[in-house]
Amino acid sequence: MKTEALAGKRRETSTVLFLLPTLIVMVGVGIVPLMTVVNYSLHILFSGTLPHFNGLQNYYQALRDPAFMNAIGKQFLFTALILVIQMPLGVALGMALPEKGAWVGVALVLLGIPLLIPWNVVGIIWRIFTRPDIGVVTKVLAKIGIMYNVAKLPSHAWWTTVIMDTWHWTPLIILLTFAGLRAIPPEFYLAARVDSASRWAVFRYVTLPKLKHVLVIAVLLRVMDSFRIYDEVFILTAGGPGSTTLFMSHYTTRQVVGGFDMGYGSAISVIYFLIIQVMCYLLYTAMMKVGQKQ
Amino acid sequence: MKKKYIALIIYFIFLLIPIYWMLNTSFKTNAEINQILTFFPAKFTTGNYIEIFTDPQWQRSFLQTFAYVIINVVITMLVSIPAAYIFSRRNFKAKPHLFFWLLTNRMAPGAAFLVPFLVLFSNLGLMDTLFAVALAHCLFNVPLAIWILEGFISGIPRQIDETAFVDGYGFFRFFFKIFLPLIAPGLSVSAFFAFTFSWVELLMSRTLTSSGVKPITVTLTRSLGAAGWDWGVIAAAGVLTMIPGAVVVFLVRKHMVKGFALGRV
Repeated sequence: MKTEALAGKRRETSTVLFLLPTLIVMVGVGIVPLMTVVNYSLHILFSGTLPHFNGLQNYYQALRDPAFMNAIGKQFLFTALILVIQMPLGVALGMALPEKGAWVGVALVLLGIPLLIPWNVVGIIWRIFTRPDIGVVTKVLAKIGIMYNVAKLPSHAWWTTVIMDTWHWTPLIILLTFAGLRAIPPEFYLAARVDSASRWAVFRYVTLPKLKHVLVIAVLLRVMDSFRIYDEVFILTAGGPGSTTLFMSHYTTRQVVGGFDMGYGSAISVIYFLIIQVMCYLLYTAMMKVGQKQ
Repeated sequence: MKKKYIALIIYFIFLLIPIYWMLNTSFKTNAEINQILTFFPAKFTTGNYIEIFTDPQWQRSFLQTFAYVIINVVITMLVSIPAAYIFSRRNFKAKPHLFFWLLTNRMAPGAAFLVPFLVLFSNLGLMDTLFAVALAHCLFNVPLAIWILEGFISGIPRQIDETAFVDGYGFFRFFFKIFLPLIAPGLSVSAFFAFTFSWVELLMSRTLTSSGVKPITVTLTRSLGAAGWDWGVIAAAGVLTMIPGAVVVFLVRKHMVKGFALGRV
């Protein structure tokens, strides 16, 4: 008995010891900054003056700030759009990729490239590509009679941003799908063929449930990262024209770095963080439920 | 069957055209870039690359960026491996909560953390150093690395641990001689993700540095002067920033598929 208790104690100690480095780092770069932001958000904080406690006033103000609401609305629209475009596209292409062969290796490396380019270089690539004077997109579209101008026309800026993001991130979904499909034993498909199931039925009842785990990861990563989008859009359009492509990260950065009242910027940061967490949590539980019904 | 391949070919053309366009631009003179649209460089030049390789500021940027990326990967791995081992092998009450809390950090919007990071690293005297950037990137890289590694470790049967202990292996001998080699694919994949994120991130690395450290992503946008963009040099630098990533992809290509399924294949 005594030795067992001792062994249990030692296990506990080693559990804590092994987790300690992670806890130290994550408390340092995660919790301490978060608490700092929360603390700021409760104060009026102009640089050079003493902080003045302000309760939840900053939050009330943020929720009534039309520019902030506008950025949130645009962010949700953008995230919904890219999910609707990128998820089906990525899954379809991931399924279309052949299982083996020399080209598969090449394809995988090519798919990795957009994911490995610094985010502002992504913006630079697309800016070179779409520049209003002699960008190749502008010239080609002009040939078929479309006066494309990413710097002046809001709808063009918006759709270019969506297409750029699709270019940048669809490879991630393709790779995840490809990886997830390799985990499905071929017997599943054989059984479906014996039952002479339709192609849609095979996809719906064999492939999709098996891909679930990987697709949940894909959706969550896309939601987290699309809410974070900053550099590429900043280079491509600088949020313009007007504030057409001014997303939450741009608005927040403006408030905390360029704004006057750090307290207000911090309240916006907290709301921003909460929105992402709640979204991810809801999506996660919803997607897990879908699987259980099957 | 045919339709499948046509779709794939169209997609890969879409994927490659922007990359080709940057490559194409990087070998042009600025006069050509700014005046005419050409699908191949009319006057092929390596001048843009030479300018980068001979400019000490570009050189310094590349080296410093490499340095903080590597520091970040080392810290991320050292911290994540033991934690992932515990998450996979031990059961304790707070485990699911702790795991979820770690993941929420991956969701943190960088923009929201800028000011606290400034305050934190100023107080630690780390502002404008390689360590500030490397530590800040841990906020995203440690949770992801633990997530990936936990998947890989859970794929290895517990019996292997137990057999090793029965055979008289001490914990550390087991850990380094048996365990780490077994999860080598997981290690390379999580290191790859950490490398990637740290290499491509701009917002935080820019905020935490000024004159002492110049991340490559910052030097890139520095060229956006009043005289307009030096497109040729920017394109050439863009091509150069793609190379480390391409090399890393090539090195981990065999583990990549497994890694993208986060080890749970």
